[in-house]
Amino acid sequence: MGRYVIRRLLQMIPVFLGTTFIIFAMVYALGDPVAQMFGDRTPDPATVARMRHDLNLDKPLVTQYVLYMGNIFTGDFGEAFNGQKVTELMGEAFPTTLQLTLVAISLEIVLGIGLGLLSGLRRGKILDNVVLIGTLVVISIPVFVIGYLAQYFLAVKWNWVEPSVSADPTIDEMILPAFVLAGLSLAYVTRLTRTSIVENMRADYLRTAVAKGLPRRRVIGVHLLRNSLIPVVTFIGTDVGALMGGAIVTEGIFNIHGVGYQLLQGVVRRNSPTVVGFVTVLVLVFLLANLIVDLLYAVLDPRIRYA
Amino acid sequence: MPDLIEKTPSGAAAAAAPAAEKREKPRSLWGDAWGTLRRNPVFIISALLILLLVTVSAWPGLFTSTDPRACNLDQSKVGSTSGHPFGFDIQGCDVYARTIYGARASVTVGICVTVGVALLGGVLGGLAGYFGGWWDALLSRITDIFFGIPLLLGGLVFLSVIKGGSVWTVIAFMIALSWPQIARIARSSVITVKQQDYVQAAKALGASTTRIMLRHVLPNAIAPVIVVSTIALGTYISIEATLSYLGVGLKPPTISWGQDISSAAQQYRNAPHMLLWPAGALSLTVLSFIMLGDAVRDALDPKLR
Amino acid sequence: MTTIEKTDSVPAPRAGGKGGTPLLQVRDLHVEFHTRDGVAKAVNGVNYTVNAGETLAVLGESGSGKSVTAQAIMGILDMPPGKIPQGEILFHGEDMLKMSGEQRRKIRGRKIAMIFQDALSSLNPVLSVGYQLGEMFRVHQGLSKKEAKLKAIELMDRVRIPAAKDRVSDYPHQFSGGMRQRIMIAMALALEPELIIADEPTTALDVTVQAQVMDLLAELQREYNMGLILITHDLGVVADVADKIAVMYAGRIVETAPVHELYKRPAHPYTRGLLDSIPRLDQKGQELFAIKGLPPNLLKIPTGCAFNPRCPKAQDICRTDVPALHTVTEQDGAELPGRGSACHFWKETIHG
Repeated sequence: MGRYVIRRLLQMIPVFLGTTFIIFAMVYALGDPVAQMFGDRTPDPATVARMRHDLNLDKPLVTQYVLYMGNIFTGDFGEAFNGQKVTELMGEAFPTTLQLTLVAISLEIVLGIGLGLLSGLRRGKILDNVVLIGTLVVISIPVFVIGYLAQYFLAVKWNWVEPSVSADPTIDEMILPAFVLAGLSLAYVTRLTRTSIVENMRADYLRTAVAKGLPRRRVIGVHLLRNSLIPVVTFIGTDVGALMGGAIVTEGIFNIHGVGYQLLQGVVRRNSPTVVGFVTVLVLVFLLANLIVDLLYAVLDPRIRYA
Repeated sequence: MPDLIEKTPSGAAAAAAPAAEKREKPRSLWGDAWGTLRRNPVFIISALLILLLVTVSAWPGLFTSTDPRACNLDQSKVGSTSGHPFGFDIQGCDVYARTIYGARASVTVGICVTVGVALLGGVLGGLAGYFGGWWDALLSRITDIFFGIPLLLGGLVFLSVIKGGSVWTVIAFMIALSWPQIARIARSSVITVKQQDYVQAAKALGASTTRIMLRHVLPNAIAPVIVVSTIALGTYISIEATLSYLGVGLKPPTISWGQDISSAAQQYRNAPHMLLWPAGALSLTVLSFIMLGDAVRDALDPKLR
Repeated sequence: MTTIEKTDSVPAPRAGGKGGTPLLQVRDLHVEFHTRDGVAKAVNGVNYTVNAGETLAVLGESGSGKSVTAQAIMGILDMPPGKIPQGEILFHGEDMLKMSGEQRRKIRGRKIAMIFQDALSSLNPVLSVGYQLGEMFRVHQGLSKKEAKLKAIELMDRVRIPAAKDRVSDYPHQFSGGMRQRIMIAMALALEPELIIADEPTTALDVTVQAQVMDLLAELQREYNMGLILITHDLGVVADVADKIAVMYAGRIVETAPVHELYKRPAHPYTRGLLDSIPRLDQKGQELFAIKGLPPNLLKIPTGCAFNPRCPKAQDICRTDVPALHTVTEQDGAELPGRGSACHFWKETIHG
């Protein structure tokens, strides 16, 4: 197990470098951060040259990247163009988004697995069809549409909740945004659980479990669920990273000042250090989530553990 | 006991045999899939919707005579009136006309990205799976790297930098970031098929590489690629709309639902009709393609039914 | 209960059994599956009886309904699509088809146990074998986790798995095929059931291991005096262990006989075909016999005798009338105990 973890960590390094380099190159080579700072004004060439030098922009791209990465490992993500430290922005944004993500993941686990299990066990019955159609609809409606619809009806029309989240949000304020954020994944988790349950219900070992005279609750809880949840756990694990990065739209709609909000602001205001910094951290989160999923997979499925 | 065998079935039995054969004629995967599809109401509904959508995108003029770009600020946010059933948006443009004309961008992006991704990913992944070696190793690393960049995040960063905004820029970008997903699937599918006995048999019989690839591997490995591609089509449309909504995807003069929803969203609380129509059209479009993908998956992958 | 009457009752479906109620009696059992293409009639009126300590071998090709019958007895048929339109399955004289789900569950595993063909897929891949064995004791006898584990080790010793103590926490994929099948057997034996149904227990194994596993099964059966239903398509396996044989074709029993009688003098053309298709050393060089044609399509079983399209002896009557299971007699009319044949021309087949 220990060697497996080390091997996986080593494999992560080139992927991390490759991914961040692409992002870095996109922002710094394709876009011109200095020119973008001035927008339509024509800057003084001397100022531009000095700024380019300060930001290492006059060096080759690879050198810029190496210097940037070096800084990151000392905890220096640079400054946004308004002088605010990027790490400071992160310190505010990440806890908020993490909170939102955790609520969303909990919804996925409880509702997604629960509904998937029920519809899988009652395959072809009314509940199953309702769940199948319902998830199809949720998958089809883009998240910003769901967000506005939820906001319009629940907050504006019926006044059940506040339309946007306060500056220091509590958990119950997060529930509606978390639902919107989790919507798509929730539908996927439900469908995945259902498919997995249906597939495993036909497995030989499940027939054995019945033939052993086990009570139905035990057949389902111990034998069916345990096996069926392996792919679901994998999906949910990878989703932690995806949700944090995917919160751009939801955070915008509900005015939550999290990672997605800052990232979008960075993009709109052409704030290159913010964008690259946030994306780098998100990539890291994403890769770590994948690693944890792989390890979890090995714990859940002994056939992999010893392979 | 050879005499026993001699005397076997006469008359009735012999007549029964061809009948039984006809019944049990081995159905091919594709024939069987088509048979399943034709009887699937989900497929019929989605196919009809898609047919309608494609017609609307190809000849929008058939459905409205109003110019979507002829706007009159006097009519800003006016609701449903005669001749303009969906009302007007902030700019005073006819919402119905814009909804009709917006279909083209979504459908074009969806179909082009799907075809591009399936071809690029399918070929690159398939070759990697078939030949293995350094190309396979390189491709695996590349797909790993692209896997680390979520489409939405990458789109936000990349498209905001290049300041494109045309349909083709968006398509090219989405293909560039999405092909590794299909490449992975094609690769593993080809590897599975390659190890099947009938491929080994063809090899043993001296069939050429091209023949093995085209006659044996391709038809058997392509099903997962088709299934995932069809399901992804709806997702691509949804992502394009999200990028346009965020202001980095399609830009004027292209008319797109994502942009219309974005501008409507600013003031939707006092004029929800501006938001609902393009949003409804977008959702219905994505729904039809996802339903189609679902039906295709059921037909090609009966195991999951 | 211990009276072993090898020859009792097989051909007569209504026989109550001379030595008290038999352990298991299947009467006129029908099973059908409702599929997209129509109704598949998998079992069409099967009758058989098993007594304590007795081994009944059920022989037939795949699709003959032998496994479906076993699943109906166990109560593990998938219903739907499966359906039992008529028939009775009497366990100690009580019809299990009329019992509640809970009553049947209590019989499963405790009174009637089953051994499946493919031990690798039949054991749960993500649970250790010790857990899966111990589960029997925990659920049926309420033992603690620790006690159950000790019992599991004991069982593994019982089926002669070496180093049972060290291997109790291993997972199914870590065992060899033969060892896995031993674990299946151990699981079936756990609560010392009265009846074991073994569904092709050795088919998935190497030939060398087959004999070991079969011997173990036979030995344990003798020791516990259990009834055993051995489902197989392998005539070689049957000869050594079975007391009596029921040959199935298209969901019906076409011939029943005490084991050695069947080999000596088959009374049904299908059985004869099966026996003739065994390769024999003394016929080296000759062409191997094979039954012509294919097993019947269960959606469309031929009228009359289901075997008629493939039967060398088929006459017009075979295409119209379903033959009953006739009592087989000697040429002089003396009854051959335990023998029956569902062939219009059984006389010609056995004596001809």
